[in-house]
This record gives sequence, C-alpha cells and structure tokens, in this order.
Amino acid sequence: MTDMKRRTLLKGTLAFGALGMAFSAGLLTPRAALAAWPQGAFEAKSVDDALKALFGSTQLEGNDKINIKLPEIAENGAVVPVSVEVAMDGVESISILAEKNPTPLTSSYTLNAATEPFVSTRIKLGKTTSVIAVVKAGGKLHSAGKEVKVTIGGCGG
Amino acid sequence: MANKMRVVAKLAGDVTTVKALIKHPMDTGQVKDKKTGELIPAHFIQELTCSHNGNVVMTALWGAAISKDPYLSFRFKGAKAGDKFTLSWVDNKGEKDSSEAVIS
Repeated sequence: MTDMKRRTLLKGTLAFGALGMAFSAGLLTPRAALAAWPQGAFEAKSVDDALKALFGSTQLEGNDKINIKLPEIAENGAVVPVSVEVAMDGVESISILAEKNPTPLTSSYTLNAATEPFVSTRIKLGKTTSVIAVVKAGGKLHSAGKEVKVTIGGCGG
Repeated sequence: MANKMRVVAKLAGDVTTVKALIKHPMDTGQVKDKKTGELIPAHFIQELTCSHNGNVVMTALWGAAISKDPYLSFRFKGAKAGDKFTLSWVDNKGEKDSSEAVIS
C-alpha cells in the first residue's frame, strides 16, 4: 500500500521538478537501505548502460565456452526458459541481458568457488531479441548471445 | 509462507543440484490492470540468497524481467547428504521469505 502511494508521489515528482526532487530523495532512501541491489543497472535502457552500471565496462570478449540455451522461437514471451553454462574456471558472475527489452538486464548471479558456472531460470521477453550472457571471469567480461523469435511479447498487457 | 516456495537440493556424486520454484507476481510496473486501466505497481523479487550450512554459495540479483512464479536452478559442490540448504529472498516492497531444504 505504501508503495502505491510512493508510486503516485514519484509520478508527481516527475511533473513538479525541483520540489519533487526533494521528495523523491527522501522517499527513495528506504530502498537504498534494502540491499546492494544495483538499481542503476536494472533501470538502464540499453545493454551498454546496464553493463557500465554493473561492471563499469562495456568491453566484451566473444567466448565459445559459454553455452546459452534458449528456445529458437518463444511462443509466449512471458515465460522463456534460459540456461547458461560456462566451461571455464574462476567464473565470478553470470548476467543475462535481453537486448530489446525496455530494461535489458534481467538478472545477475554472483558465484563463489563452490558454485558451478551454471544457472537456469525463466525470463520475460518483450519482442524478438538477442539474449546475451555476460560472464565475469579473471577480471574480464566474456559474452555469448542467441537470437530468440518472440511470437507474443511478455511485457505488455 | 512456507507453501509459497518449493526448494529441492539433490546430491549426485560431488555436485548438488538446486531447483527452486517461488510463488511471486513479479509485476514489472508496465502492465495495465485490464479492469481499472491503471498500471499495476512494480512488485518483484530483487535478491535471492542461497546458503549451504550457513555459507552463501550463490546470490541472484533479479529485475522485473524474471517470469512470474520464478524458477531457478543452479549447482554447487562440497555438500553432503543431510546438509542444510537455505534459500531466502527479498522483493522491492521489502517483503521476504525463506525456505529450508535438506540435501538428499
């Protein structure tokens, strides 16, 4: 309920400029206290902006040791199974981005030494897009992508 | 709240495979309610923490682009049958839940 109020207030802030800025600054603090959730990366509107916010770099190296599994055609964009498996050692994180989604970053997984470099989940795709797996290993960003044809988008109603 | 999550952790050789299903709307904040025409506020899981015997083995950061009623699977090493596995999450409204499974 409070979140709904906050939303309307936030909407108002966009319309009322400076006065609103003070409001939103105050209203956003509880979220910042939550966790180290990288809001900027998740709200970024392009792959590059998301990577910059997440890693501070957009330099990707193509890597055939990353296996990204996705259906070629997704009839329902709201539920698209995706799994990423990496045949490399020392993988620190795996991130999954959908290039043409309104906000491309779908998720990011931080692994440790005991975790195998594998994740599987289900994502929403707004329209036909390439899905990119970005793997951080040895201080470098490696990537592999795959195009998915989306018949019915999963972002609208 | 325990019935809102299903977590299975299965050991095969040295590798434990975790599969989790969580009941959550994962609203993006971009979809309109068909009855009222108003936007349904964003409501999605932001962070999941997976621990084995109290040690974090994986952290997942999620955006609203994870499908409704999320599914997650991953694998890790070093567990024994009978060990404790915990998955907990927190969403953008500050709601949280956690579930425990015995590795088998």
